[in-house]
Amino acid sequence: MSGLVRTADGRLSEVAQGSFGGGFAWAFSRDFKLAWRHPGETMLVIAFFALVASLFPLGVGAEPQLLVRIGPGVIWVCALLAAFLSLPGMFASDYADGSLEQMVLSPHPMAGWTLGKIAAHWTASGLPLTALSPLLALQYGLETDTLAVLAAALALGTPILSLLGAACTALALGARGGGMLLALLALPLFVPVLIFGAGAAEAQASGLSPSPHLSLLGAGLIVAAIALPPAVCAAIRIALD
Amino acid sequence: MTRLEAHALTGSRGPSTLFRDISFTVSPGQWVALRGANGSGKTTLLRCVAGLMRPDSGHVLWDGQDTRAQSTPFRAELLYGGHLAGLKDDLSAEENLRDSLALRGLRVTDEATQAALAEVGLASRRHLPARRLSAGQRRRIGLARLALDPAACWALDEPLTALDDEGQRHFQRLLANHLEGGGLALIATHQPLAPSPERELRMGA
Repeated sequence: MSGLVRTADGRLSEVAQGSFGGGFAWAFSRDFKLAWRHPGETMLVIAFFALVASLFPLGVGAEPQLLVRIGPGVIWVCALLAAFLSLPGMFASDYADGSLEQMVLSPHPMAGWTLGKIAAHWTASGLPLTALSPLLALQYGLETDTLAVLAAALALGTPILSLLGAACTALALGARGGGMLLALLALPLFVPVLIFGAGAAEAQASGLSPSPHLSLLGAGLIVAAIALPPAVCAAIRIALD
Repeated sequence: MTRLEAHALTGSRGPSTLFRDISFTVSPGQWVALRGANGSGKTTLLRCVAGLMRPDSGHVLWDGQDTRAQSTPFRAELLYGGHLAGLKDDLSAEENLRDSLALRGLRVTDEATQAALAEVGLASRRHLPARRLSAGQRRRIGLARLALDPAACWALDEPLTALDDEGQRHFQRLLANHLEGGGLALIATHQPLAPSPERELRMGA
């Protein structure tokens, strides 16, 4: 099917078949370009994370033992709420301006570009959160190896948050009071990620091996990456129907 | 021959049935006009044909093949222009055009994109973000897209909205070219268009 076609007014252009990779690359580069062009949303998510994580040591007092104890959990809750903050924009603007219709009708399979959008969302929210977390965790006096485990757990856990969040935002598309619905849908689903994510760093801090937690997070990521894109696609179809 | 056929389509919006048992065939070189009052179901019918909505009953065939089939060639051949233009406010006219063509799997040279924008009168504004363009100018990006996309089947919803006289004439030239090249179209419109339609579907009657 691939080849050159002369359009009605004599210009040459190419007819290409849609493909999974083509859809992924298109959505990833476009969403990343939009996030880069309009960095306000990403900056807000990062600023929220940094501020809240820095407020806790000020609020609970500079008691080293207490800070070490609560550090991983607090960082994880902050990251989770920051990731939640970034969710509504994932599909809503494309839905409002009609780009989502064009994506659904494009020759690319839906799973390709939805995954591309989710990956771009993670690059603009989960990745900076993960990169920033060791720096913020220093305020809690965590050991270096605990910092590393915390960052590793966030690197595995935040993509799950983006995938789960994508399914929830897609379900809430077009619903009135979508923001409230999104919170009710997404936050309970984030709980297992929080438990295993914070558990990994806590295990490391208390001298146990963090690998069971990290393995479970990794397994969760694989399952989420396989099982959730079809759910996102179905939800988008329902929203447009 | 790649024909677009609709068989006994019934569609509803919420509780009310908008059309019942609509059947039509569009052959290459022809276009069918959808006419009818506001709210008579023109958009719903177009969305059913394009595959965005599931009709209550009936099916749409492209080249004799159901368009809801998994590996349908239909979507590679379909250009849908809805009420919403699908433009990103933060991207320039040129980027929007290039992205919408890339999404359809088309690779078009920069010169061709710029020439198409010049043809619709956006040559000097192609670097402006879409938010700075007027409603008609935004529509003109859609015209440039029509000129560059080799899709055989157009499904357009009120394509003349917000276009001035010159823009409307340009659209009619594009439509004539498209039909001459063996394309076909299904267009919801209130205005009479110069290449006259093969058939008019009166909605809500």
